[in-house]
Amino acid sequence: MSADFLYGIEVVINGLMAGVLYALVALGFVLIFKASGIFNYAQGVMALFAALTLVGIMEGQVPFSHLINAIFGTEVHHFGWEVPALLAIAFTVLIMIAFAWAVQRFVFRHLVGQEPIILFMATIGLAYFLEGVGDLMWGSDIKTLALGLPQGGSLWVENLTNGLGGDDFYGFFIDKLDMVATVVAAILVVSLIAFAQYTKQGRAMRAVADDHQAALSVGISLNYIWVLVWSLAGIVALVAGVMWGAKSGVQFSLSLIALKALPVLMLGGFTSIPGAIVGGLIIGVGEKLFEYTIGAPYLGGATENWFAYMLALIFLVFRPQGLFGEKIIERV
Amino acid sequence: MKDIIEPYVTPDGRTIGGVLMDMRNITLRFGGVEAIKDISLDIREGEIRAIIGPNGAGKSSMLNVISGFYNPQEGEVWFRGEERPPMKPYQVARLGIARTFQNIALFEGMTVLDNIMTGRLTHMKSGMFWQAIWAGRAETEEVHNREIVERIIDFLEIQAIRKTPVGRLPYGLKKRVELARALAAEPKLLLLDEPMAGMNVEEKEDMSRFILDVNDEFGTTIALIEHDMGVVMDLSDRVVVMDYGRKIGDGTPDEVRNNEQVIDAYLGVAHD
Repeated sequence: MSADFLYGIEVVINGLMAGVLYALVALGFVLIFKASGIFNYAQGVMALFAALTLVGIMEGQVPFSHLINAIFGTEVHHFGWEVPALLAIAFTVLIMIAFAWAVQRFVFRHLVGQEPIILFMATIGLAYFLEGVGDLMWGSDIKTLALGLPQGGSLWVENLTNGLGGDDFYGFFIDKLDMVATVVAAILVVSLIAFAQYTKQGRAMRAVADDHQAALSVGISLNYIWVLVWSLAGIVALVAGVMWGAKSGVQFSLSLIALKALPVLMLGGFTSIPGAIVGGLIIGVGEKLFEYTIGAPYLGGATENWFAYMLALIFLVFRPQGLFGEKIIERV
Repeated sequence: MKDIIEPYVTPDGRTIGGVLMDMRNITLRFGGVEAIKDISLDIREGEIRAIIGPNGAGKSSMLNVISGFYNPQEGEVWFRGEERPPMKPYQVARLGIARTFQNIALFEGMTVLDNIMTGRLTHMKSGMFWQAIWAGRAETEEVHNREIVERIIDFLEIQAIRKTPVGRLPYGLKKRVELARALAAEPKLLLLDEPMAGMNVEEKEDMSRFILDVNDEFGTTIALIEHDMGVVMDLSDRVVVMDYGRKIGDGTPDEVRNNEQVIDAYLGVAHD
């Protein structure tokens, strides 16, 4: 096989893995949109907040230390302990669940029956609020996420595939972290689908998404389902925050990954879990392949910044509900 | 306390038991408007109880009070011998009170089967994890639930549309699916809000037959609201008549038919 073709395959593989990361972010959007018709602008900030919290807990940082020091004139910054990763993840999950409850209790319970645009505006407010809280709680320094996830290219894959091409081919270069992300995402997606399709709560979630009155009449508590869904979105945000944070450090630009999820959602549809995955993969592969075949040689490169949006735009013209979406036209 | 009411057997052989649902001096206001004014009515176990009245009489409000969608400002609601505190609709549903809606509230995006399965939600007790991996108690539970749902599907003769998304069904069939979903909950009390509204004669006859059969075969207590006087009189054991939020008549169809107040207010028939 020619080296060019093999490099093309490598580009596709790397595109798929990048797509998985996009899909992870998009998943959180889909969950909330599906169950409550809310387009949650704060999803990216939730990923940032979750990652910040995880790092903060692991490093034994005192939350709100700047505030405490300013008020009481103390000098506390660290508890002086380090929390093992698994325990810290468990704590972070608890905090995301508490956050879900608070959002439901203090924001959306008061907005039941409002126009989607108002709910959307509320999530924008929520995004800025959460960004501020994250800053206040854990400080605004760039942090590294020391979860012990493998980094760098996989030598094993390189050696394994070395023999495929000629002398000028050195095997596939695949980031170990991307491989981990793929596995984690696969587990997450399978469990989310199993949850949505087979469990009582998943059925209730679909019911709530469809008709509030009918859901109430069969014994479903709307509040419970909404808290549940926001908690799940929080957990998905944590996973996305961990993966992106491990890749590029935990910093405030992390909240901008939400923007990368938008074209994924337009492609896959706002209401479909498999759609988020397929959409993510198409965008990931599409932008890498476009860069490799057309962007870099003819357009001066850096096409990855806009390719996804262009693809989404084309989709909007020909299939506005996305690949797997349903009746979003009436809803939005 | 009310007197204890003796069970009796109807001419067609059904047993009517004690009081299942007792509404005592219910008053419901929306701002300054009194939708229900000091109404008391009871529903006995195993009977078909109708609430009739002209438009705006407060029938639907009454049904909404029973099903917890509205909480009355005054009065007591007694269910199965206990006073029911103010509740949310989903809590009432979990007590075993199922309902249908005048304007049909179905999950339009789901299939008929999935819609009816949601009626079983309150009966699912196994853990989330076991349900997700379809094992252990969850599996037997699911199989059991499916059997019940299939029986109801057979019963209401909707086998042919089991897998059809509800959004595509015609009006009459939607009404039937909604009844099926309410039945799937195996309710102790079934509330039907105008089950025959907007139907032609044939569909009305079908629906009447289903209501009678449900009551007969499952022994379900049914309370229904209906406009069509003729249908109501044939169906029900006892009828409450409402007008302008007040109760103006209560009794067997024959008693109600001969009640002058009812004739005045509802039937509009001249008498001298």
